[in-house]
Amino acid sequence: MGGLLKDIYKSRTLYLFISPFYILFLIFSVFPIFFSIYLSVHKWDGIGEMQSVGFSNFVYMFNDPTFWQALINNIALWLLSNGPMLVCSLIVAFVINLSIVKFKGFFRIAYFLPNITAMVAVVIIFQSMFGNEYGLINYVLENLGLSKIAWFNSSAGVRVVIAAMISWRYMGYNAIIYLSGLQRIPKDLYEAAHLDGATTLQTFTKITIPMLRPIILFSVMMSTIGGFQIFTEPQVLAGNQSPYPGSDTIVLYMFREGFNYQNYGYAAAVSWVLFIIIGIISVLNWKLFNRSDD
Amino acid sequence: MTSKKIVVHAFLLAGVLLSIFPFYWLVVMSTNETSAIFAFPPKLTFGTYFITNYQHVMENINFTRSFFNTLFIAVTSSVLQLFFNSLTGFTFAKFKFPGSKVLFYLMIATMMIPAQMLLVPQFIIIKEMGWLGSYKALIVPGMASAFGIFWMRQYALAIHDDMLEAATIDGCNKFGLYWRIALPILRPALAFLAITIFMGVWEDYLWPLIILTDTSKFTLTLALQQLKSAHTADYSMVMTGTLLATVPLIIFFLLVSRQFIAGIMEGAVKS
Repeated sequence: MGGLLKDIYKSRTLYLFISPFYILFLIFSVFPIFFSIYLSVHKWDGIGEMQSVGFSNFVYMFNDPTFWQALINNIALWLLSNGPMLVCSLIVAFVINLSIVKFKGFFRIAYFLPNITAMVAVVIIFQSMFGNEYGLINYVLENLGLSKIAWFNSSAGVRVVIAAMISWRYMGYNAIIYLSGLQRIPKDLYEAAHLDGATTLQTFTKITIPMLRPIILFSVMMSTIGGFQIFTEPQVLAGNQSPYPGSDTIVLYMFREGFNYQNYGYAAAVSWVLFIIIGIISVLNWKLFNRSDD
Repeated sequence: MTSKKIVVHAFLLAGVLLSIFPFYWLVVMSTNETSAIFAFPPKLTFGTYFITNYQHVMENINFTRSFFNTLFIAVTSSVLQLFFNSLTGFTFAKFKFPGSKVLFYLMIATMMIPAQMLLVPQFIIIKEMGWLGSYKALIVPGMASAFGIFWMRQYALAIHDDMLEAATIDGCNKFGLYWRIALPILRPALAFLAITIFMGVWEDYLWPLIILTDTSKFTLTLALQQLKSAHTADYSMVMTGTLLATVPLIIFFLLVSRQFIAGIMEGAVKS
């Protein structure tokens, strides 16, 4: 025991070196977690007395149609944006990785560019492209002989616009991640397949997809978690108070309750439900993820 | 064979055009009058209204101020994070001390805590500390990050023990080992982390939206949002503001892109 204490004393400089993270962690993570559990069973406007209300915040939430609508929107936005986006990312990564492609560095950078644009800017640009009446997209649609769409008047339309923003911003990012995975696949696998007369499509489905499976599942997990954190798009599109139909999300719902209506206890309860949803999805993904290692 | 080559490159170039087009549209809009953009067909070529739009932006928001606010927060955050993360990462990589393993895994585990869950209580803590509306609230909570420490540790593992031992024999103390030996070796890892943090601050929206109340302290994304919600009628001005807020980061990205992409690819393989 004395030896351990001596070791600890001898390592005091090292503890000092690593202490900033743990101090910040205690103040800004550990304490908030416990505080938020406490808050979630209270009613509090931030000024007056905290009122213990048991589980009534949760009961209210599960009976609030706005909450369910936000959850449905979240799931719809996630499916609509991530399905097509991840498929496109995979195809783009596969094509860039082909040996005949020149200027790989240029393509990597060009495809990545949208990802560094601030989401607020993306929303402003896309909102103008998808204008209800005179937007650029509607102009293209009319020229193709189709009818205009009032994008911001229906849930489906708004979801398509938001999904387009997300897909545009993250497609290249995911392509870069996939590309790094592709470069780890041994070249001789492709060469052997080529010698056996496999087509490009066959090498894609028989070699690329199976070898990339862990990275694909990783990116599905990350984008699912990201999908449940959608906030900036609807908030910048329509403000806090009256989101467009189909654009309300759980984080926006929580933000509104907490920071517009000062229902801190209720907002904390919403954040816990969000955490549980993300947790369940992560566990499901994790199971899939581990199965691939067998 | 060559025709296949052409098809493949044409496909990739079409994708690049799709990636670049919104930027082109942004520039087109910022150089035209609002009426030209909402005309049918919309104007797809550059106009001559950029200077006018630019002047309108400057009259409506304090763009220069927001720009320097953002720059200040980004640079301060980057410097502090680089210091604390590399020092902690180096310590974990190169020294063994009682509890070091447990503390390290505890830190890794914190990466699983979703930021949204902490939003409300963190806001209340910041409010109680009297930090609401100050840059401290934007900079201090993120001064050391689990991801950054993990990233730095991975690189620091490669530092040779002989080098550290030799320096210790020469009378170098532990901080000296970090400052004189580890830091120069860690430079590429530091560069990637610096760029990531810088870009993250430039784009951050939710936390500044909650913390900052005084418009003179607004960051670029907040100023932009303010411009948008107040001036929907003058769209070309909003677009000019968006362009002004976006271009510096794009130029910065193009300057550092090679290193940045290499960093991402390396990180992806490691995870």
